[in-house]
Amino acid sequence: MTLPADIRFVQSHEFLVPGPDGATIGISKYAAEQLGDVVFVELPQVGRKVAKGESFGVVESVKAVSDLYAPLDGEIVAVNDALAAEPGLVGEDPYGRGWIVKIAPSDASQLTAAGTMDGAAYETFVGGL
Amino acid sequence: MSQEAAVQPLKRTSLHGEHVALGAKMVPFGGWDMPVQYSGILDEHQAVRQAAGLFDVSHMGEFRVRGAGAEAFVQHVVANDVAKLAPDQALYTQFTRPDGGTVDDLLVYRQPDGFLLVVNASNIAKDWDWLQAHKPADVSLTDESDATAMLALQGPKAETILAAIAETPRPLTQLGSFRWVDGRVAGIDVRIARTGYTGEDGFEVFSAAEQGAALWRALLEAGKPHGLKPAGLGARDTLRLEAGLPLYGHELTDEISPVMAGHGWSVKPQKGEFLGSDVLARHKAGEMARKVVGLQMNGRNIARQGYPVFAGDRRVGEVVSGTFSPTLQLPIATALVEADAAGGPLAVEIRGQKHDATIVKLPFYRRPSI
Repeated sequence: MTLPADIRFVQSHEFLVPGPDGATIGISKYAAEQLGDVVFVELPQVGRKVAKGESFGVVESVKAVSDLYAPLDGEIVAVNDALAAEPGLVGEDPYGRGWIVKIAPSDASQLTAAGTMDGAAYETFVGGL
Repeated sequence: MSQEAAVQPLKRTSLHGEHVALGAKMVPFGGWDMPVQYSGILDEHQAVRQAAGLFDVSHMGEFRVRGAGAEAFVQHVVANDVAKLAPDQALYTQFTRPDGGTVDDLLVYRQPDGFLLVVNASNIAKDWDWLQAHKPADVSLTDESDATAMLALQGPKAETILAAIAETPRPLTQLGSFRWVDGRVAGIDVRIARTGYTGEDGFEVFSAAEQGAALWRALLEAGKPHGLKPAGLGARDTLRLEAGLPLYGHELTDEISPVMAGHGWSVKPQKGEFLGSDVLARHKAGEMARKVVGLQMNGRNIARQGYPVFAGDRRVGEVVSGTFSPTLQLPIATALVEADAAGGPLAVEIRGQKHDATIVKLPFYRRPSI
């Protein structure tokens, strides 16, 4: 699977991809595999303000429920409504059709802030788990 | 995701290498390193409902009860009536406590020289101690758990698959539900029972532990043209919950009697006195403070074990099992609630918010009759 070039990951396994209408947020392929079949994604309201590290939703698999944590401060500007009918997209195409929300960052410098990892660094990180 | 602390090294069944070779995701379960899934829980679940699945259940315990007092002893420690068992018959029952609580649930198979008890993996040591403590001098007990492999072949295609490769004294198609027969599969001596834990037709096949891997491979090979898939504990749990079958530690515990769990049909105080028979007779008469109910969630959030259950503002119990039902495509659960609240309406508190649930009669799923 090829990763978007400017993708960043955080240790709680969310990713973000900067874009003109906010950063696209989802969970990594690794996290989705750990969860197993995703059967429900609880999405936040558009317009909600979130702080970095705050839980903004949950992903339910058959076996477990996992919180989604905001990888940056900002405002939810879009949610992926397709997940209501097809929550499995989170596992099948995490960096594409399985995206979860878009967050407009309160400060663009957060997109590459300390504590985020590029694809190679994240791969090393999960390799050590 | 929580990680269970490994206090002791996990035990492995004789099929461990097969699971790893198939790429299964392995998890700790009751002290064992077991496959939770191979291709995915939903995929394996559908395979069992529509074709067939093969499960390694070798972690389960097998005890042999022999001796002049074997039948009287088994009658004393279990709630169902084994006196009526035919020579080739098995039945579902529980070891019950004097206070009516459940030590474990099990299948009892009548054998030519006594009984075979098949118990839950996580309770092998507990059950063994319980039986030893109640055993009279004229009964001998043998623990054959480590020497026995046990595979469950389950699903509408199970009979076709097994009948094609099993050598039995009479055709497998004539083996009734909860009956067993000795035979051979791929040159391996086996005991075949028409039993299971999925709500589908199927078989549980026993062999010597050292032949378990060869038996597993032979069954997978024979089943391939019929859509047979290896299936893990994840699908086993969703299948059994849909079928309304209890799992020890959830619907049944030391505090939850089989009657409270909704399995009073298997409790027979009329057979005579046994451990807990007086309490269980009262439970059957409706004198219970709490009981297990089936819940279907009205929304998409999954109610999971331990979540509080409310009747209005009153907390009346908690969820004991909960999952997403792959067949019904909605969240289902069982909850232990105060008996006067068991008529509903009920709500489950999920992450601080109450979500309405509908009480449904168990099972959630019943296989289509032929």
